[in-house]
Formats: sequence, structure tokens, C-alpha cells
Amino acid sequence: MSEPAPLETPAPDLPEPFARWFAGRGWAPRPHQLALLAAAQAGRSALLIAPTGAGKTLAGFLPTLVELFETRRRGAKPPAGGGGLFGAAHRRPGGLHTLYISPLKALAVDIARNLERPVAEMGLPVRIETRTGDTPQSRRSRQRRDPPDILLTTPEQLALLLASADAPYLFGSLRRVVLDELHALVTSKRGDLLSLGLSRLFAAAPGLTTVGLSATVADPEELARFLVPQRDGVAQAEIVQAAAGAAPIVEMLDTAEHLPWAGHSAAHALAEIYGLIGRHRTTLVFVNTRSQAEFLFQALWRINEDGHAIALHHGSLDVAQRRKVEAAMGEGRLRAVVCTSSLDLGIDWGDVDLVINVGAPKGASRLTQRIGRANHRLDEPSRAVLVPANRFEVLECRAAIDAVAENAQDTPPLRTGALDVLAQHVLGCACGAPFLADDLFDEVRAAAPYAALTRRDFDSALDFVATGGYALKAYERFAKIRKGADGCWRVTHPRVAQRYRLNVGTIVEEPMIKIRLVKARGAATRGPAGAIGRGGKLLGEVEEYFVEGLVPGDTFLFAGEVLRYEALAEDSAYVSRATAEDPKVPIYAGGKFPLSTYLAARVRDMLASPSTWRRLPDQVHGWLDLQRARSRLPKPGELLVETFPRSDKHYLVCYPFEGRLAHQTLGMLLTRRLERARQRPLGFVANEYALAVWGLGDLSFAVKRGALRLSELFDEDMLGDDLEAWLAESALMKRTFRQCAVIAGLIERRSGGEEKSRRQVTISTDLVYDVLRRHQPDHMLLRAARAEAATGLLDIRRLGLLLSRVRGRIVHEPLSRVSPLAVPVMLEIGRERVAGEASEALLAEAEADLVREAMG
Amino acid sequence: MMDVRAAGWGVAGDDASAGRAVAGAVLVVAGVELVADLSGALWWPERRMLLVADLHLEKGSACAARGSLLPPFDTADTLERLAWVVAYYGPSVVVALGDSFHDTAGTERLAPEDRAHLASLQRGRDWVWIAGNHDPEPGRDVGGAFARVLRFGPLVLRHEPAGLGTVGEIAGHLHPCARVVQRGRSLTRRCFATDGHRLVMPAFGAYTGGLNVRHAAFDTVFDGTGFTAHLIGDNRLYAFPASRCVG
Repeated sequence: MSEPAPLETPAPDLPEPFARWFAGRGWAPRPHQLALLAAAQAGRSALLIAPTGAGKTLAGFLPTLVELFETRRRGAKPPAGGGGLFGAAHRRPGGLHTLYISPLKALAVDIARNLERPVAEMGLPVRIETRTGDTPQSRRSRQRRDPPDILLTTPEQLALLLASADAPYLFGSLRRVVLDELHALVTSKRGDLLSLGLSRLFAAAPGLTTVGLSATVADPEELARFLVPQRDGVAQAEIVQAAAGAAPIVEMLDTAEHLPWAGHSAAHALAEIYGLIGRHRTTLVFVNTRSQAEFLFQALWRINEDGHAIALHHGSLDVAQRRKVEAAMGEGRLRAVVCTSSLDLGIDWGDVDLVINVGAPKGASRLTQRIGRANHRLDEPSRAVLVPANRFEVLECRAAIDAVAENAQDTPPLRTGALDVLAQHVLGCACGAPFLADDLFDEVRAAAPYAALTRRDFDSALDFVATGGYALKAYERFAKIRKGADGCWRVTHPRVAQRYRLNVGTIVEEPMIKIRLVKARGAATRGPAGAIGRGGKLLGEVEEYFVEGLVPGDTFLFAGEVLRYEALAEDSAYVSRATAEDPKVPIYAGGKFPLSTYLAARVRDMLASPSTWRRLPDQVHGWLDLQRARSRLPKPGELLVETFPRSDKHYLVCYPFEGRLAHQTLGMLLTRRLERARQRPLGFVANEYALAVWGLGDLSFAVKRGALRLSELFDEDMLGDDLEAWLAESALMKRTFRQCAVIAGLIERRSGGEEKSRRQVTISTDLVYDVLRRHQPDHMLLRAARAEAATGLLDIRRLGLLLSRVRGRIVHEPLSRVSPLAVPVMLEIGRERVAGEASEALLAEAEADLVREAMG
Repeated sequence: MMDVRAAGWGVAGDDASAGRAVAGAVLVVAGVELVADLSGALWWPERRMLLVADLHLEKGSACAARGSLLPPFDTADTLERLAWVVAYYGPSVVVALGDSFHDTAGTERLAPEDRAHLASLQRGRDWVWIAGNHDPEPGRDVGGAFARVLRFGPLVLRHEPAGLGTVGEIAGHLHPCARVVQRGRSLTRRCFATDGHRLVMPAFGAYTGGLNVRHAAFDTVFDGTGFTAHLIGDNRLYAFPASRCVG
């Protein structure tokens, strides 16, 4: 932890209108607000770490407002009225002073509104504008000619502004950049893009300083590096730590019901959740996935005898629908909102006095931020109730509550900048102005995520942008950028720049399918598509891979209703209202975020120390006692592997606690190895905590006889050839590659304003992946995809850590039947859709089913 | 179900790394026994004839000319796989069922190495390019003969299926693939589609996508779902009635 800003720093004097404004509200400027002002006046960049409700926004803008006020007071009085006048004659001497960047465009708009008020009340002659994807073209052009003092925007808009010839004019006057929700921005490729843009800004405006606003993070020093150019060693911004607010009151729901062994619905606690909502003004009910949100929302309304206004909010719902919910929330008309991480970030909504987190908290920092959504006032404690949906989640909730109490943080480390993002940036730079490769390389390395970038990687990105970067030099004549006689790289055709502008950004959506509601087609359950009324009300969108797993007639929950899947046509899935109450297809597509390494370690420790179990509910305590009697519990550092027969199959269950993604990868690799060991594996299922593999071979016997060594089965060398072989065909890897290909600009999302059919894009990138892998396996895009796979959908890095952690510490327990600890993951077999990826074994199985049917 | 049995074509051990697995299925079209190869090619043992459809050579460079710099290895890749099947069966005649080049100019963009490779495949055997909608005219310097339609005994070979009622037709053009859903997971594979009277071959080219056999385009070829899709797996084919496949 870094020290709070030293108190001996003389508090800067606030100019009169500011002092009066604070006094008028009976407020005093907070120490961290003054600390940021002092840093700015000394010309230093700063990172403010503060909990929600600490007045972060005002702190971030205070230096700018004071500076603008004093400049204007000293002279150069701006024309009355500020905006509205344009043209070179009226260009104000100041130009753009401060750029504010937020991850959400809604947040930028919200902040502008919040800032307008104090500015108006203080009578400051300051012009504030937003620029997002929704800003009309006329205003965008005007903003370039006649920029406001403060512009609020998003990372993508910044990239666009930088990729134009007038960027030096626009940004030459820039004094400050304010980066909001920095902790959230830096965890993704958007953060990479932003860091590169920031580096450009530092080059364009040498006197520039930055202010980062962040929630509490694990490593503030690291985050502080993001805010300043990295030249000649490590540089970092000054860290200002706001005083912590009142400690939150977090409890686990002490359910009177039977705690489920498995599942994620928390249906057992429904009445208790409903009761909590009834006893509070406004409750945010967080869940981890959209399907959980759907389930819970529907279930709550089924018992909503009091007619509480309960709403639903998640990323798949139609935008108009989401805006309605947000507006109702702002006006205090809602009693509760069931939501996903779509409401994790920043916008302030009135009077939330309770946060309920249903299911696994996943991470300590994540939970802290969610809890912070309750009661945006520092001096009152936030209240939160955690509702575990199964027994393992009880352990995770307990670990998370302890971590929050200790104020422990587990945000991920700063990213290494991705090469696909770099490629996009390089093209953007060329669209702005011709550049020398050496200069750009230096500039890029000044961005913290790219500080360790090698010249080889930089050159491969440059080469990729120019002609594709292929070993076979076939595309010189189709080059996008080319080096001139002056050594400068420039775009070969204005069309290249136009296309860049249409495809900027790093958010690559999963291919989505629109869900449209039509009338039921009648009795036919299966049969050719057709005869379905086209059109239909748009309910929202779901991931293509979900729809691909549906057969006409399947029912599922969406937009708060049970729907029946009828047919797929082009980019729409047609559904009708189902009469059944219970959907047939349980969608649990796992949350995006795996259990954090930190919480996982705490849970493992808890299992290993029975003395801590008394703090767990009796049901869970009893469950662990039983496990100890029937099998064993792993000691600290050990990996427990159980093998046992059940009906006509043999099972292997292990408990790494490394999250579903890493477990899925492990499952794919283990089944390959078991196949080779002739143990005839048939499948596996993974959850956040455990992995179960089953097959026909008697694993207990194979281990006993020495035919199978667990130390070899779990050896790290599985990350060699086995991983390679799997990556060649993995659909997850292909998805990852597709994202990199789109970001790097190999495949265009949009051409000429039209969004390409995403289904088309998916097909072509899969084929490209196969061909590139066979012919140039070290191509930049494949390297980028591998780097992404290490931490993304395949979580290979974490699997690697697991394998090395348990080396020589695998304990085997051959059992005659399933152990208590194995029950939860065993229950997911059959109930869950098949874990991991579809493999060809499923085709064989489907074919065998057919034969069985035919034979009667 | 169709008349399907494992052909067991000289399984060359289980050494998959040797380049290609060898196993196919015998399909009967208009009384003629044909071997559907895992590569997507079709082998007519009686005539020692090898059929391939929709090679789409030079598709990569066609895309590059329009601004998408796709890896330029597709032609080499397609020819390499073709060379494997040619080497394996040693055909007397090879027939490419149209759309062999992605565009007419494609024959001119062909790299010298690829042109030489193609010529070496043609040496010592007959080679026929059938006209496709992408390559309606004969290409320059690509060897072989050119035809719009070919008849061999009971079979007629053409690019685009002529429609319902034709008997003994082998065609390409549609790039059939089929999707099977099992336990909530979906698998899509290229496939041979046949009802015993007609057969539509999968596309062979490296950059050719697939069209689902449940798409309306197949309604003009087959009578409803009265056909079978033979999905190409890693080591064998899987036969599913079209009604079991999902759109």
C-alpha cells in the first residue's frame, strides 16, 4: 500500500468562486481533492485511488477548472456565451484544455451533466462537450475546428481523433487528460489502445499531465505507470489515496433452507431474497450471468405478491429497454433491479441501500466494487448480503467476506500490450500523418503496456499492416501503407483511411443472433424451417454459439419469458412463447470472470484447516466432515485426485479451484492423454472448483497396477504437444483468433458503413486460421492469438501455474463410490450441457443414438 | 438410411501425423459405387477417376486486391491436399467440377511455383476443368481440357446441380455442410449430400466456406429431407439423414 498524500503538502488556496461554492454547500474540499490540485499545480501526473462516493469526479476536474478560471481571469477573456460561434476568426486562444476518457459513453454523458452544475453555479466561463459514437457529424466537425475547453469521450473516439491530419492542431493545446474508471479500462485491449493513444498525446502536447481515477487495486504503483511515458527506466504518477469510507457490512445469507449441492440458480433462497427486497428502499441484485438474471427475475415476479417494481438489466437486452430501466432507476421508481456486470461501473443511481450478490463473488476487488454500488455516501457503511447458490459457493463467499474485511485486493496485473491492437494503432498513425518507424517505435514503448516491446514484434506489426506480414511476399502491389523515399510510412490510398475509421476499436462482439418473437408454428417440433412468420418483435440478442446448440422445440429463458426455439434464418432466431413453465435448456454459460487466484487460494486454505469450519453454516461443516471420513481433504498445496466407479463408468475427479476456463482446458488435455493411455475417456465436466473426467477404463486399477501414473498424467508437458494438437482444432482458439484478426484489421467488421454479416466473418477466420497455422505458424496474428489464449478463454497461463504448483503433490484416493466433495460436479453431468467444446466424439454418439433408434 | 458401409480403404496404421488419415465410405449413386474420401474428393474406382469440386484457387489474392490481405497460402494449400489424394489413388483422369478458380483472372495471378505444381499433377493423366460460375471460360496456361458438362456411363458431371429429377448427377457449387446437435453442442462439418440419385460434393478449396444442407438452396436438388449427409470427420465419415441435421 502506498502512503496517503503527505499532509504537509501546503493545501493550495482555492480561488474565491470555488471556496464560496464549497462553503455554500457546507462542504470543505476533501484532502485528496486538494492533493490532486497540488500535484497538478506542480506539473505532476497523479493517480487517485478512492472508493465510490469519495467525490472522485470533482477531484479529477478541480485542477482543470481552477486553471481555466485563473487563465481567464488573468486576461484573454473568452467571448461571452462560449460556444455557438465558430470559424477561424473566433478560435479561442486556449483551445482544448482537458480530455476526459471513460469506458462507457453513458458515463461520459452522465459526468458532463454532473460537471455542468457546479460550473454553472460558480459562473465559470468553461465549455464542456461530449463526443461519442452518437454525436452528430456536424457537431463532430465543429468540435475539430472549434474545440471546447473540456471534451468527454471514449478510448475509441480518441483513436479516431488521433488518426486525422488535424490531430496536432486539436491536441497541441492539451494540458490534461483525465482517465476515469482506470482500473476497469486497463484490464482489456481497450486499455492497450488507450495507452498507445496516450503516448501519442504526450508526443503532441509536451506539457501534458494526467489524472487517473481508480477504485482500489492490488498494485497501485503498477497502475500509476500507465499514466506517464515510460522512458529511461520506470516512471510513475504520484499516488493519492483517498481516505477509506466506513467499512461495509457484508453478510452471508444464513438460509433456513436446504443448501443445494450444485447449480447456480439460488432458487432455494428465493423467498429470503424477496424478503430482503421488501425490507429495503432500493436493492441491486447482482448475478454473474445473463441466464441467472433471467431466471431470478422471472422467479421473483412469480412470488411478487406485493407488486414491488422489480426490473431486469443485462447486456443482451435491447438498448431501449436498458435505458428505460436506467431512467426508472434514476428517478427512484424501482424497488429492485436484477442485473449482471452491466451495472458494475460508475453511473450513480440514487438511493441504493442494499446490494445482494447471488452466486459466487469471483474476486475480492470485484465484490468490493459491487458493494460500493450501495450507498454512495462515504460516511455510512454499505450493506451487502451474499447468497451462495451451492455449497462450494459458501466457501467462496466466506473467503470473499474475510478478504473484504481485510481490504485485500485481487485485481489482475497490468497487461502486456497486444500485437493486434498495436497493428491497429500503427495503421491509425499512418492515417494521421506520415511517420518514421524509429520514431513510432520509441513512442509506442513509452506506453506502459508496451514498455518491453521488442523491435522484432514492432516490425512484424508494421509489416502486417503494410502487406500482411507473410513469408510469401505476394502482396506488395496491394500494400496498405508504404515507405517513401524520405523513409516515412504513409497510406497508399485514401480508401485505406476510410476503412480504418469504420473499423477502429478493440471490442469484438461475439457473433450475436437476434431473438425475434413470432407466433408458434404449431405442432411440428422438428422439420424444415419455413412457414415461420418473419419480422417479429425484437427481444434482444444472444451469442451465436448458444443458438447453435438448440434444436427446434427446445425451450429456454430470455427477456423474462420461457421461449420456444422455432427456427434460425440469417441473423435471427425466431422464437415463440412457450406454454411450459420450466425451460428445457438450462443455459449456464459460466460468467466471464473466473474465480480469482487469490480467492481460490483462500478457499483451498479453508478446506485444509478444519479449525476454520465452525464459521461455516452447519450443513457445509457437516459436508466437509463427511468428506474427511469417506475420502480425505487435501493438505495445503496438495491436489486431491479421486477415482471411483459408478454404474458402468469410471470417474476421475480433481479439485484445482482454478476456475472453469482453466479446468475446461485441463479437461480437454487430460482426455487426450487418457485416450493415449488407452483408458477410453468419454467426456468431462468442469466447474469453478473441480473437474470430473469419465470413461470406460478402470482408473483406480490402472493406477494401482502402475499402468497409469498420475504424476505423468498431470505433468506440465501437456502444455507442449498435446496443447498444440488441441489448439489446431479448438473452437475457443478460433474464436480468440477471430478477435485478433478483426482488431488487427485483417477482417473488416464494417465496409462502407454496412456491418458485415458476422456469420460470414466467423467462417472465413476459421479457414484463415487453419491455413495460416499450416503455412506460417509464427505469424504475428497467431502469436497475438496465443498471447490472448494464455489469459483469455483458455486460461492456459493459470493452468500452467496449477500444474507447476501441484507437481509432486498429487494425492490419490481410490474410492468405491462417489465422495461427498465430488457430488456437486457429478451432479452437473447431464444437467449441464457438455463442458468444454464439442468434439467429434459427439458425432459418433449421435450416430450411435440413430442406430439404436433404428434397431428399436 | 443410405447404403453406407465403411470402405476400410487401406488404413495406413493410426499414424495421423503422416499427413492424412485414410478411410472413406462407399456411396452408391445411380448404381455406381463411389468412394467418398476424407479429403472431400470422390473416387470412382471403376473408371480410375478422381473428382473434386470448388477448388476456388487464388481466392486469397482476389480478396487481397479488394483490401483484405488474407494469407496468400490458399492455392498452395489446396494443391498440396489435392496432390495427396492424387498420389494416393493414382487416377487416370481428374475432373474438377467448376469454380476451380475464384475468378477468371485468377489463372493469371497463379504463382509460378503453383503453376508448376499443377502441371506436375496433370502429367501422365487426363485432366478436365468443368466450367463454373466463377470460372465460366477456360483459363490461360492451366493445362487440361475444358468442358461444361461431362457424361460417363450412368453419371453426368456438372458444376451446378440441374435440379430435381436428374438421375446420376454429381455436382458441386453448393458447398454443402451439415450441423448436428448433440447434448446441446453443435458440430458443423463439410459433407457429401446424396439421395442415391444425385450427389453434391463438398468444396475442396482452402478458403471455401459451407452452406448448410438445410438451406432452401438444397430444396431444388433433393426432395425434402429425403437425403443423407455424410459429414467429414477427422478419421471417418458420419452419416446422418438430413432430417437429423439442423439448419
